[in-house]
Amino acid sequence: MSDQETTTKLLPKDEAAAKGLVNVHIDGNWIQVPKGTRMIEACKIAEKEVPHYCYHPKLTSPGNCRMCLVQMGMPPRPAPGADPVFGDDGFQEIGWMPRPVIACANTVAENMGIRTTGDLVEKTREGVMEFLLINHPLDCPICDQAGECSLQEFSVEHGRGQSRFVEDKVKKPKNVDIGPRVNLDDERCIMCSRCIRFMDEVAEDAVLGFSERGTHTTVTCHPDRKLDSNYGMNTIDLCPVGALTSKDFRFQMRVWFLKETKSIDVNCGTGCNTLIWTRGSQIYRVTPRRNDEVNSEWMPDSHRLAFHEVQGDNRLTDPMIKVDDKHEITDWHTANTAVADALKQFEPSEIAIIASARQTNEELFLTHTLASTLGAENIATVERIGEADGKLISADRNPNTNGAKLILGETTKKLDSIKAGLNDGSVKALIVLSEDIFEAAGFSHDDLANAELVVSSHIIANATAKVSDIVLPGASFAEKRGSMVNVLGRLQRLNQALQPAGNAREDWEIIRDLILALTGEPNDLYMIEEVVKVIAENIPAFEGMTFSKIGEQGIKLIETGVEIPLLTKERERASAGIIVG
Amino acid sequence: MAKVTKLSRPTLTKSDEIYLIGIFKGTLVTLKHAYQSVFGKSRGADGLKSSGLGITMQYPEEKWDDELPEYYRGAPALVTDEQDRERCVSCQLCEFICPPKAIKIIPGEIPEGDTWAKVEKRPQEFEIDMIRCIYCGLCEEVCPEQAIYLRKDYSITGTSRAEMVHNKEKLYEIGGKRVGLVNKWNELK
Ligand code: SF4
Ligand code: SF4
Ligand code: SF4
Ligand code: SF4
Ligand code: FES
Repeated sequence: MSDQETTTKLLPKDEAAAKGLVNVHIDGNWIQVPKGTRMIEACKIAEKEVPHYCYHPKLTSPGNCRMCLVQMGMPPRPAPGADPVFGDDGFQEIGWMPRPVIACANTVAENMGIRTTGDLVEKTREGVMEFLLINHPLDCPICDQAGECSLQEFSVEHGRGQSRFVEDKVKKPKNVDIGPRVNLDDERCIMCSRCIRFMDEVAEDAVLGFSERGTHTTVTCHPDRKLDSNYGMNTIDLCPVGALTSKDFRFQMRVWFLKETKSIDVNCGTGCNTLIWTRGSQIYRVTPRRNDEVNSEWMPDSHRLAFHEVQGDNRLTDPMIKVDDKHEITDWHTANTAVADALKQFEPSEIAIIASARQTNEELFLTHTLASTLGAENIATVERIGEADGKLISADRNPNTNGAKLILGETTKKLDSIKAGLNDGSVKALIVLSEDIFEAAGFSHDDLANAELVVSSHIIANATAKVSDIVLPGASFAEKRGSMVNVLGRLQRLNQALQPAGNAREDWEIIRDLILALTGEPNDLYMIEEVVKVIAENIPAFEGMTFSKIGEQGIKLIETGVEIPLLTKERERASAGIIVG
Repeated sequence: MAKVTKLSRPTLTKSDEIYLIGIFKGTLVTLKHAYQSVFGKSRGADGLKSSGLGITMQYPEEKWDDELPEYYRGAPALVTDEQDRERCVSCQLCEFICPPKAIKIIPGEIPEGDTWAKVEKRPQEFEIDMIRCIYCGLCEEVCPEQAIYLRKDYSITGTSRAEMVHNKEKLYEIGGKRVGLVNKWNELK
């Protein structure tokens, strides 16, 4: 009985404190949030939008844009000697402050009240918007940010709709070349300093800063430097307005025409999460997508722009068979039958397969099936080792090395034995999948002198395709679905943003059809989901996996012990309370 | 509940049943109009710009062009301003709004050194497929630069599909110069 009494008497503040939480009153509702939460984050938990420009959870909060102003209230301080008074609901009455406070840099406290609406808040927002727009140019029709500009959005939601400013606007430099990939328009800048903080805190190349004062404040690059860091283009995504724009994407297309597809970067083992922006049959840009386990919110410029490689005129669009030293276009059925017939002429030991750690798990698994159908044991992948940049790019430039290891086993060493086999004549037929054996694997034309059959599948008309007897056109990273295992052992998904070029096909379908042509038995693999199911049944690490389980953020598959330096630093800063994280 | 009223057929008199009288009356009206048209006295002939015979205008020898009201919605076309600047900045809003997707724009950058380099952007190519266009006027409505107008040209014909696609050159030819609009890109800009 007495036990119960004490529990009923326990105040909400004590209950919350026991869990490390505090009670906050947001727009009429009490919620509990962890102690030390920023007010803006608490509002996010309460699903109340607080418009903001300078605040970014991955950067420090200088609180300089004033867009996030909200009304705050605390219980009045009791008179000396008096005890705080608690109401029936166990909370103290909130005394609202007559002035707004910024939500981005203040933290919540017990019994705090926050109003994200109301007269005071709406008036202040309108005022801040008016100040931000005073010198803003009427550039929306020629501004690449239009359509994804926070200034446009908040001015519609919180602005006054009409300008009262009759004086001449302040002129600032426009169309400034501040780096090889980034353009600056100072008139559009709203001085949020996100770009400056990013370059300093994340890219660790503090080349940006403010110069001048007052309305003449200008974002500038250090006079002897350029914004040329390989992470510079992240400032474009960060910039809430069109002050920083991409040179590559400049005036290419309005964003509202573009379709976003969630995918991953395939240029190194990290596998940054990305969005592929397409219209029709063209990729217009690739931007990073947030994944706190892989790439935070960033990606390197070099990988962002790598999509141009798959949009050239040198794409393979039709299956081809070499007749009298000339490649002739044919249809898939003829090509597949030709491959099967040709391969049947060889002993299993005479056939070698060069697969790739750029293939998806599904393609690798089917490659494995192809090898066992043929009885071929010579199967190798090509290593690509570069230099890690200490941030996101990993030394392993193959996106799916871990997947290849799980499915094919250790295969990188076998490349030399295949080369030797080709030279001594014990290997006569070569199947090359998604690789260029000359450039990447270091083969020479002499190595291939004795080869009687070369079958290759790739997306580009490269040197391997040139020497191949049968060429099968595959799909680029944006044209296919599949999964890969990154350096962390995280299984992630590629999604299809475009249809494969011309008559090209998704690579897993190519290999499936080759197996079909060889065995003549239908294998019931019509969708990639079914391939994943078969992988899950055959490869222990994938047990229980389905394509949809991977999700948009990927799923941890194996422990590799690898760390991504940029994330390690970010977590340190978050736990030190410098950033929200 | 709705009320149901049952209607009965009218009963006809003997003369109604013959209906010859009705035919005769109708013929008289027709003959009267025929007579009037020959003598140029058709009702409403003036307002309809008759060629003299009845109220018929002999299109295309005769046209109604002078009578077209100011708000007439003919072919959409691009216009230049007083200083011969292309007003269009290829913002692609018209391409977005166009209900039948008749507009195709390839945006382009104005190179440095050009008189209008400060405008930064103008269309590289601008096509309106006149087979698709429904003359709705939404492009004119949405344009933030007052660059596209529906003119009075309505007789858009061609002998092939390709001919029916107006390219940038053709659009400026139809549109011509338009003066007295807001000069946003003035010396203050
Ligand atoms: S930054 Fe935003 S508001 Fe400013 S011109 Fe660009 S789109 Fe318009
Ligand atoms: S350039 Fe963009 S990100 Fe940098 S301070 Fe200006 S508005 Fe902010
Ligand atoms: S008038 Fe209507 S249909 Fe024709 S181009 Fe303009 S928006 Fe499209
Ligand atoms: S005509 Fe007007 S709406 Fe269309 S692209 Fe040009 S400026 Fe934009
Ligand atoms: S977001 Fe709070 S001051 Fe800028």
